[in-house]
Amino acid sequence: MKKNKWGMIALGLVIFLIMVTFPFWYGKGSKTPPPVLSLDTPVIHEMKEKRCVEDTSFMRANHMKMLNAWRDEAVREGHRQYTAKDGRTYEKSLSGTCIQCHSNREQFCTRCHDYVGAKPTCFNCHVVPGEVNK
Amino acid sequence: MSSIKIPKPDELISIRYTSPKTEWMDTPVDFRPGTWSYSGAPKNLTSLDMPNPRIWQPSDEDWKLPPNWQEIILDGMKERLEKYRSFRLFMDICVRCGACADKCHFYIGSGDPKNMPVLRAELLRSVYRRYFTTAGKRFGRLAGARDLTVDVLKEWFYYFYQCTECRRCSVFCPYGIDQAEITIIGRELLNLVGCNINWVMEPVANCFRTGNHLGIQPGGIKDMLEFMADDIEDRTGVRVDVPINKKGADILFVTPSGDYFADPGTFTCMGYMMLFHEIGLNYTFSTYASEGGNFGLFTSHDMVKRLNAKIYAEAKRLGVKWILGGECGHMWRVIHQYMDTMNGPADFLQEPVSPITGTRFENARSTKMVHIVEFTADLIRNGKLKLASRRNDHLKLTFHDSCNPARSMGLLEEPRYIIKNTCNNFYEMAEDTIREKTFCCGAGAGLGNDENMEMRMRGGMPRAMAVREVVKKYGVNRLACICAIDRATLTSLMDYWVPGVTVMGVHELLGNALMMTGEKERTTDLRGDPIGG
Amino acid sequence: MNLLISIIVVSGLVLLAAGIAASHTASYALTVVAPYLVFVVFLGGFIYRIVKWAKSPVPFRIPTTCGQEKTLPWIKNNPVENPSGFWGVFGRMAQEIFLFRSLFRNTEVKIIDGRPIYGSAKWLWFFGLLFHGSLLIIILRHLRFFTEPIIPCVNALSAVDGFLEIGVPALYLSDVALLAGLTFLFLRRVIIPQVRYISLFTDYFSLLLICGIAVTGLLMRHFFPADLNEIKTLAMSWIIFSPVVPQNISVVFYIHLCFVFTLMAWFPFSKLMHMGGVFMSPTRNLANNSRMLRHINPWNAPVKVHTYEEYEDEFRDKMKTACLPVEKE
Repeated sequence: MKKNKWGMIALGLVIFLIMVTFPFWYGKGSKTPPPVLSLDTPVIHEMKEKRCVEDTSFMRANHMKMLNAWRDEAVREGHRQYTAKDGRTYEKSLSGTCIQCHSNREQFCTRCHDYVGAKPTCFNCHVVPGEVNK
Repeated sequence: MSSIKIPKPDELISIRYTSPKTEWMDTPVDFRPGTWSYSGAPKNLTSLDMPNPRIWQPSDEDWKLPPNWQEIILDGMKERLEKYRSFRLFMDICVRCGACADKCHFYIGSGDPKNMPVLRAELLRSVYRRYFTTAGKRFGRLAGARDLTVDVLKEWFYYFYQCTECRRCSVFCPYGIDQAEITIIGRELLNLVGCNINWVMEPVANCFRTGNHLGIQPGGIKDMLEFMADDIEDRTGVRVDVPINKKGADILFVTPSGDYFADPGTFTCMGYMMLFHEIGLNYTFSTYASEGGNFGLFTSHDMVKRLNAKIYAEAKRLGVKWILGGECGHMWRVIHQYMDTMNGPADFLQEPVSPITGTRFENARSTKMVHIVEFTADLIRNGKLKLASRRNDHLKLTFHDSCNPARSMGLLEEPRYIIKNTCNNFYEMAEDTIREKTFCCGAGAGLGNDENMEMRMRGGMPRAMAVREVVKKYGVNRLACICAIDRATLTSLMDYWVPGVTVMGVHELLGNALMMTGEKERTTDLRGDPIGG
Repeated sequence: MNLLISIIVVSGLVLLAAGIAASHTASYALTVVAPYLVFVVFLGGFIYRIVKWAKSPVPFRIPTTCGQEKTLPWIKNNPVENPSGFWGVFGRMAQEIFLFRSLFRNTEVKIIDGRPIYGSAKWLWFFGLLFHGSLLIIILRHLRFFTEPIIPCVNALSAVDGFLEIGVPALYLSDVALLAGLTFLFLRRVIIPQVRYISLFTDYFSLLLICGIAVTGLLMRHFFPADLNEIKTLAMSWIIFSPVVPQNISVVFYIHLCFVFTLMAWFPFSKLMHMGGVFMSPTRNLANNSRMLRHINPWNAPVKVHTYEEYEDEFRDKMKTACLPVEKE
């Protein structure tokens, strides 16, 4: 007990160091690049002006809030029309609007959601046409 | 005591837990009579080669400090920061959660915020930060730092001599910060510039020279013990031996000198002597090591060692097998936690074995010193004693766990075992006031003097009130304890708060109940009071 | 006063962060240089403090005992509150660190009808544990930004933490718990006069700083959503040692970052080091076996003692008169 007092402290410090530096050596060597969101779908290819409901930076940060609001407004209140900031209108519908363009769930949604560890609940109910439910 | 007025109990109990208007760093200490102890007399300091002997009193404006006193204190702090991890750590890690605040008997009894252990420690921490941390050097008060001034030193003196080193705060602190450690170091620092109290220094000087705190010389000890033997003969009809400085004894017995000096300690001592006689123990008292207590603990670690050294030295000289220690509180903190480290190894002694029962005291195999309640509990357990507990039927008893045996050893069950075998009317006090949560008598650590009486009554109030509750509930009339300081100070405390309750050691209880070979029919207890319900 | 200064300093940090967000050079400093600097200061400072404590020896074995010690075999001892060996100490420390055992004993004293009453006061324990526990969970959850692929148990932890699925993104229970804990600890410090009286700048500042971190974090999750992809890209860029300056990141994130970096850099030099210190407290981490095993004091030095010979020399005549044996006639 006595002699290993320094030993205990050193052991404690090593454990502390390992824990604090964990991210540096976890997955070492696999320098995964950040996910690139694929816009490679037939519908998007055909668009003249490639733009979403709102501008990209807004969509990136707020899409989940928008989808949640759409769901509530469309399903519970029956308001099915969304007017964007620039005046264009859309149907408040995941399948009817979003997935029309973003029909590549794996390359578009999942990739990024996995990267940041956010789990969407959309596809608990909705399906993307053409995908086979596993 | 006569010159200093103490408030009446009903005045004293109206305590307000409010803080002064000014911040604590701006509130200088007020040496109110009745709340502090007189300074150490120069002759005592001189005889111990301690610094700065002089005539002064804490209430003086000028404390006659050495010109470089700040340097001395700061050097002393530096040295102790390097020698004691406890000190350095406790200076650094307090988060001021305040869990310790209302655990201190002095805070409960006085309401003075600087008696909250956290703030009492901050008195020292603030200086530590100012001189030993970067933040404190640079940001001063914002970092909780302040200069070491004479006022700060006075504050240290006042509050470090308002702490009995009882360790109750340490039980409740989430980091185990122990105010006793801080007080011990604080007092060491004060001693470096000659600021100490005579109630500590006189016993220390006495103990160094004569072997015991009270300064009793060899002949005096013999007379006192013989006198007790006379009393025992008078009460029981049995003449007990008084072995002193006897070479070839199996066991050296060391007990606090309070036990052979004054009532009610003497009755406890009579209990030891009767017990040893009855079981035929080959033991001896010593006049050189005639003190179990160690007021060095209230002075400095070095002084603990200087006084404690006598016990092993005497055991070696007399050639005993092992050492038995009497009932005492801080004595047992020193023996349990310091003696072997300071003055061991005691390789000239044998691992303690009870010569009566053959029990091996494995828990004392290195230090080779056994507590008398461990020894007696073992005797009772093995049926070696004939006990007539009805002889204590005139007593309704409660038990006070002494701070150090409770919080520095964990000696909780043995005394209760003896009590339950020797007394039929035993009542515990409230859960929050016993065992590891026990409250101090309010006068340990050298504070049991008369000039400090108001503070003693304040500090002892939580203990006294717990006793008062069992008095009301069960009609308790006797308070048992295993500490010599308790026996002296609880007596004054009871007289003040709970008149009618008297104090005794556990071995007095045993002495009453012990049926001795050849004894006459007993009509009184050891005090001469009639026995029976 | 201390509280006021703490509020000023925290507000200052907010302004600083806003300023940094507006300047490219400053953004570079904050997102490229500061992370490494702060991390090194945190680690280095932490180790420095531990080593500094460790360099002071433990001269005496001074555990505070909170139960019956191990003595005679037929007396039931308390192996954890009064440990006699390694595993007892281990149990005691584990209780202290994970359950705040000592704080659980907390009582509150009141003078009622002329005597002190010790009421139960577990709130400090409850909110203290709530605060520390949720802080730990939050830190672990943040590993999702620092590991790729994300460790499965971190995702599992997040799922459990947000299992009530209140709102989108789901509200984490640990966030609520942390805020509740912080609020309690802060209000207690401000409202209870005794605690306010002992509080220093650092006490308020730590709470406010952590509160600032929590609030900005919640803002980014629930009110001004941040682009997580970009944030994780930034965090991972630190991990792979090729830091980038993010382009489209909100001021809130800059404030969050400023607070976190301040906390980390300040941590080793503050009372927050109780995190490391609690492991080293000699009143808790030692076994109460002083009479069984000799504890060694590395600086144990000889002291001046009064020997028996000196004693006998002074009292020889008196001892002889009292018929006590003497060594020398």
